[in-house]
Amino acid sequence: MTIDVETARHISTLARLKIPEDQLPSVANDLSKILAWVGMLDELDVTGIEPLANVNDGHLGWREQDVVTDGGQAQAVLANAPSQKADFFTVPKVVE
Amino acid sequence: MSDLTDLTMVEAKALMDKKELSPIELTERYIKAAERGQKATNAFVTPTFDRAIDAAKASQARYDAGQAGPMDGLPIAMKDLYCTKGVRTTACSKILANYVPQYESTVSQNLADAGAITLGKVALDEFAMGSSTTTSAFDPVVSPWTGREPEKAERKLVPGGSSGGSSAAVCGRFAMGATGTDTGGSIRQPAAITGIVGIKPTYGRCSRYGIIAYASSLDQAGAMARTVGDAALMLRTMAGYDPKDSTSVNVPVPDYMAALGQSVKGMKIGIPREYRIDGLPEEIAKIWDNGAQMLRDAGAETVDISLPHTKYALPTYYIIAPAEASSNLARYDGVRFGLRVEGESLADMYDNTRGEGFGVEVRRRILMGTYVLSAGYYDAYYRKAQRVRRLIRNDFLKAFEQCDTILTPPSPSTAFAIGENEDDPIKMYLEDVFTVTLNLAGLPGIVVPMQLCANGLPMGLQLIGKPFDETTLFKTASALESAAGFNGKPPFVG
Repeated sequence: MTIDVETARHISTLARLKIPEDQLPSVANDLSKILAWVGMLDELDVTGIEPLANVNDGHLGWREQDVVTDGGQAQAVLANAPSQKADFFTVPKVVE
Repeated sequence: MSDLTDLTMVEAKALMDKKELSPIELTERYIKAAERGQKATNAFVTPTFDRAIDAAKASQARYDAGQAGPMDGLPIAMKDLYCTKGVRTTACSKILANYVPQYESTVSQNLADAGAITLGKVALDEFAMGSSTTTSAFDPVVSPWTGREPEKAERKLVPGGSSGGSSAAVCGRFAMGATGTDTGGSIRQPAAITGIVGIKPTYGRCSRYGIIAYASSLDQAGAMARTVGDAALMLRTMAGYDPKDSTSVNVPVPDYMAALGQSVKGMKIGIPREYRIDGLPEEIAKIWDNGAQMLRDAGAETVDISLPHTKYALPTYYIIAPAEASSNLARYDGVRFGLRVEGESLADMYDNTRGEGFGVEVRRRILMGTYVLSAGYYDAYYRKAQRVRRLIRNDFLKAFEQCDTILTPPSPSTAFAIGENEDDPIKMYLEDVFTVTLNLAGLPGIVVPMQLCANGLPMGLQLIGKPFDETTLFKTASALESAAGFNGKPPFVG
């Protein structure tokens, strides 16, 4: 599988990560190389093998008591906000 | 008396218990060492020496009151991936350069509760993605080690990565121990190439709460120290179930110190034939053979084992880890914390913030992860990699029917120079060929320093354990440590 410049641009849009136009060819080239390398997995037949997501095959316990134990810390939550107003995060306007 | 920095944590603790050493004296000596160490290596991103002095005074008060904790007064370094309340935590990324957490990670809290004193936050590869600490957005860390060959002595070497600030601080003796995190080898590879001990416990042994996430199904906290005993003391303090991390496992944490020095007689040590890869340097193969002989001399038996899917581990990792990273790192959007770079619209603001905030390697992994999770490729890459992951874990579970622990090399090379291996991303990825298998399988692994190679640089060996059987690892590691008698010291020490 080869990634061309057009695909690299598309992935960067999906990832919401701006890549300067002049860097797209080298990004596409790196990704192509990595994809060719991971293509090694095609040698394996994995039919019927269950995917492994959690090594401990953990079953999450039920929350016996679902009670609020934390909260009311607006200032702490906002402490690192790049922009805020009256206990809210602020972002560029999205409606006209 | 010899220099205070020659003491192990276990020795220093015993002296403080006997009131023959004060935590203030020890901390002041280490701050002096750290100041010198910082000039030579850049290991610290954010030193916190004033806080360390205050903590040492509080520790002294606990000793005076007879209420000292298990790590009371021992100065350590904290990888800058652990959130520390009120102390800047950067993950060595431009996107978090000014981030000051409002809460504390569980593991760093456990260490503080036991009385450990943090000297500061130490460097890593950006978001723990790398094997050299050169992907950090800040100055690269220079290893305290220099090669014996003249041309190597002039070049600055890497301390490994991603926990390279930790390995530099510990081998350079300007911290007694350090926290690390290990997603594909980030504790064990730096430990191996700087001549220290590093343990990555079983997935679920330590809480991940408050540790900045890279790949959540692989990330695990662990300890780096100069001796097996110190690593045992530290891990015992760090580990434990935490309701705040649903993947932390609710099982008791044994007293690892009790395993030290116990006989390995009758134990079966697996030697996986697939780890004898093409191009493995002769010298590293020899260290491996010697280590096996040391364990046989101590009464253990070595068994030839097979882990047939070994060669598929790195490609599997480089699908799963980027996929999880692309999802985890979606949170850096310029809204709630971290860097914001303005744009004409909300979408522009996201694009600009992330485009400027992430370094080249992080960007590469986010894009790779986005691709393998995107419509049409999910099954071919991500799902497939998860299936291969199970085959890799099954290899280990089967091998453990024949042996108690597995002995392998930890790294295919000794320390390389800053800037080396950077022309091709895959070259750097190969650094983790012997370590990454454990993260995929969720198993514990420990690296023990063995000897200096002909080039004057250290190399260790790795032991792999059954799930939650760190005790056997500490026992076997301590036997290897005694037999190897490694006492290499880098040319620079604090």
